Amino acid sequence: MHVAHLSLTDFRSYPTLELPLDPGVTALIGPNGQGKTNLVEAVGYLATLGSHRVAHDGPLVRQGAERAVLRASVLRERRSTLIELELTPGKANRARVNRAPVPRPREILGLLRTVLFAPEDLALVKGDPAERRRYLDELLVTRTPRMAGVRADYDRVLKQRTALLRSAGAAMRGGGGDLRTLDVWDAHLAEVGAELLGARLDLVTALDPLVRRSYRELSRDPGPAPVAMGYRSSLGEQVELTSDRHVLAAALQAAMAQRRREELERGLCLVGPHRDDVLLRLGEFPAKGYASHGESWSLALSLRLAAFELLSTESGGDQPVLVLDDVFAELDTSRRARLADLVAKAEQVLVTAAVPEDVPEALDGARVDVCAGEVRRVR
Amino acid sequence: MYEGVVQDLIDELGRLPGVGPKGAQRIAFHLLAADPADVRRLVAAITEVKERVHFCRVCGNVAQDEECRICRDPRRDVTVLCVVEEPKDVVAIERTREFRGRYHVLGGAISPIEGVGPDDLRVRELMTRLADGVVTELILATDPNLEGEATATYLARLVKPMGLTVTRLASGLPVGGDLEYADEVTLGRAFEGRRLIDV
Ligand SMILES: Nc1ncnc2c1ncn2[C@@H]1O[C@H](COP(=O)(O)OP(=O)(O)OP(=O)(O)O)[C@@H](O)[C@H]1O
Ligand SMILES: [Mg+2]
Ligand SMILES: [Zn+2]
Repeated sequence: MHVAHLSLTDFRSYPTLELPLDPGVTALIGPNGQGKTNLVEAVGYLATLGSHRVAHDGPLVRQGAERAVLRASVLRERRSTLIELELTPGKANRARVNRAPVPRPREILGLLRTVLFAPEDLALVKGDPAERRRYLDELLVTRTPRMAGVRADYDRVLKQRTALLRSAGAAMRGGGGDLRTLDVWDAHLAEVGAELLGARLDLVTALDPLVRRSYRELSRDPGPAPVAMGYRSSLGEQVELTSDRHVLAAALQAAMAQRRREELERGLCLVGPHRDDVLLRLGEFPAKGYASHGESWSLALSLRLAAFELLSTESGGDQPVLVLDDVFAELDTSRRARLADLVAKAEQVLVTAAVPEDVPEALDGARVDVCAGEVRRVR
Repeated sequence: MYEGVVQDLIDELGRLPGVGPKGAQRIAFHLLAADPADVRRLVAAITEVKERVHFCRVCGNVAQDEECRICRDPRRDVTVLCVVEEPKDVVAIERTREFRGRYHVLGGAISPIEGVGPDDLRVRELMTRLADGVVTELILATDPNLEGEATATYLARLVKPMGLTVTRLASGLPVGGDLEYADEVTLGRAFEGRRLIDV
């Protein structure tokens, strides 16, 4: 698939923007702070309903404006879909597909699929577990949009159960305490948590060989250490991780029963996929804390490349839009060239760079100059 | 901030569900500019509902008397009891004309975030109603969202020892939504296709 047209109103630095796009490579070139990332961020938001830079919608709306509107027409197998999204911080966002309002924004998930590479990706290797969980969950939702509902339910169960642990814990310390409803929330957390956990485990199983291959292709250093991807669950080592939802639900429930005291004392949910991590290994060592800067970069890029491979293969060759935000400037010459070769044949690639020299030759294509919120097609 | 009574009015309005600070301000200034007769009619309507409308002492639905119209109706089936969160859900279900039993209105759903537990709902009243064994089927028609599901599970477990038939509305209702927003046909079908709940 590819984006044939992007238009923005009051998104970030753009009062209005109309940008026609072609398949193939488009380089967005301009000095720092001119609005290149803002453009690709908009494309990413339409695909994932989230930004790769901020957790809340506030900064996405142009200073002084009340709402932002994002529109993309997406071409997939010669069929065009118009996706529109209105962001109003503090209120419910609204979406339309081919001009018809949909009950909620979630319905647009899956219509546009992107894989976005950004300088922030280094945190996938070096950052907290939350970064890696977000990588998995975002990919889960792109892969199966229904998972957006599971994610939302899980977050909600977690909030409710945490609130109950707090109040029941406090009441217990005061001598009273009412644990009648905790069992019910345990059951719900186990059920929704098992669904999320199972989906993540399936995803890691599918990704692992792709990450290994991408890493090999990216870093042809003399004898690169083999990488591996695994999953560490809050259930601990003793539980065999299958993706059977019933087995997982039972294991989660048992773990909650076992740790109930501690959970009540601390007022925290200590069991469940929100406590999990993705394990990345480089040779004998965990990547985090051991991998060199260059190795960490290769691994982060491999995670994104693997996501691209997986999504492409599973949708019968319909490739997601590839977005490379400022990544080439971060890489040494050989990694740069290899990454460029690996992505050059994708249906659509959007690259941002401060200067044209930062775009590898293999990614020759259209060029759009971005300057002070104005865009101009120069090639 | 506005002067004394104007700000008081804005604060009071802002407490109403669905009214934010901006909306409260808009309504307040609308009232200030309105014809005094219109405002008196509004005040009278509010006072009257508070004085004349009660909650039915049997089911918790809104009623003009001690008992609501449905609880007084001898043609309703006393063996089937449908548990809902709010009086507006009774209205929604009545519209489908699928249900001929009686209701029990809980007054909300279990939600620890909002500090609502079983004791804040009409759960004890429900247990009292079920004690005489007249009711043989309990339909749990709480909202198809997380809090509604949790409330249904809780109640199902609570009444399990009583040996009643406990059912839940069939899926097909828009998940995550409110019962009252389901259209009549969908809600009617959900009623017909209700399934045994197993806890
Ligand atoms: N909500 C907003 N309202 C107005 N301007 C904004 C808003 N959010 C960001 N900006 C402006 O957008 C600019 C940043 O744009 P962007 O991140 O796209 O830059 P860039 O072209 O990618 O730069 P770099 O090459 O440094 O990555 C900043 O100057 C910032 O002040
Ligand atoms: Mg940038
Ligand atoms: Zn009644």
